[in-house]
Amino acid sequence: MAIEVRVPTILRSYTGGSKVVEGAGDTLTALIDDLDAKHSGFKGRLITPEGGLHRFVNIYINDEDVRFLGALDAKLNDGDSVTILPAVAGGALGFAAAAALLGR
Amino acid sequence: MARFESLLDACGGTPLVGLPRLSPTVPDGAPPVRLWAKLEDRNPTGSIKDRAALFMVREAEESGHLHPGDTILEPTSGNTGIALAMVAKLRGYRLVCVMPENVSAERVQILRMYGAEIIFSPAAGGSNQAVATAKQIAAEHPDWKMLFQYGNPANARAHYETTGPELLHDLPTITHFVAGLGTTGTLMGTGRFLREKVEGIQIIAAEPRYGELVYGLRNIDEGYVPELYDASVLTRRFSVGTRDAVLRTRQLVEVEGIFAGFSSGAILHAALAVAHEAVKAGRRADVAFVIADGGWKYLSTGAYGGTLNDAEEALEGQLWA
Repeated sequence: MAIEVRVPTILRSYTGGSKVVEGAGDTLTALIDDLDAKHSGFKGRLITPEGGLHRFVNIYINDEDVRFLGALDAKLNDGDSVTILPAVAGGALGFAAAAALLGR
Repeated sequence: MARFESLLDACGGTPLVGLPRLSPTVPDGAPPVRLWAKLEDRNPTGSIKDRAALFMVREAEESGHLHPGDTILEPTSGNTGIALAMVAKLRGYRLVCVMPENVSAERVQILRMYGAEIIFSPAAGGSNQAVATAKQIAAEHPDWKMLFQYGNPANARAHYETTGPELLHDLPTITHFVAGLGTTGTLMGTGRFLREKVEGIQIIAAEPRYGELVYGLRNIDEGYVPELYDASVLTRRFSVGTRDAVLRTRQLVEVEGIFAGFSSGAILHAALAVAHEAVKAGRRADVAFVIADGGWKYLSTGAYGGTLNDAEEALEGQLWA
């Protein structure tokens, strides 16, 4: 049950700098628990204290957003590829600038 | 053919064209699966953003937010700036754009040609700098007006009132609508309209997945989700990498003669994914997707020629959508 997980730059401090790590699990929750066991603190950056996916974190299974696949209950299969990205959509810096202008 | 009183009146009403060569072939006797491209590059400044720019300015005028001679300040990575610059020129406003420095050279030249002023924010790891720059601008010019496309309901309303009805009129048998996800205005407006009118319609987002530079935030809490975004409007959301976007953009022009920007390639990639699923399931599908802009503004990237590896490298760190 090997799942390839792509880790964004800002979370690589937890993976010893690795861009890609391997994990296991038949659901996203199981995979994140497995990753947290190997890379302590990882889970806390993805999941809120209430147990939901962090608002500014997007996770994709084979390029599809997990929020439309059952979120943390999304099913995983051997050989799947999981990508974690910060939510920036188009033009991250434009967003940052806009947020600042509006005092948000 | 039609005639219009001014360029602003010629916004929208874009053609919807079938893609018989890129549509997947179905087995004999199976229901048809067809791809349709909405050519938004046929708008006055060459992108889908003309619709939003026009609606946002009109709404601001009607609500008294904008007065003749005002300065508009807008953060944009390109097309909205170009559209706003044209609208601002024709309606009598000055436009100042804050944009990342890693957009294509053509976009900058076009903006300046239309009369916009540009303030750059740094491309790499520079969100702090961008925030600082923006704060400084806002503090120095409290009288400048922001239309703020990421949270302006008029952005989505433009698509609810124009793009959606146009699609339904031209393709009453539509089963899927696929568009790019940036401000989310296109998908929210068109998606809401189509959901009200077409039972079971699928609204699919194609989100560009950029090179790592673009995600150079210091921490997760610097992320951003546009205020307009309402996930309940969408049925699925795909992340499309640079390589797939380039491949599909090249196919569009090589196979169907449509010369588009890379975000349209990303959208086609998602459209093809759902089209092939429909073939597999033996279901009829009329998949309409957006050509957001033409390829002209991206020629300087060099990504239309050479190997896919070269193209991917050329676009690394660029905001190609």
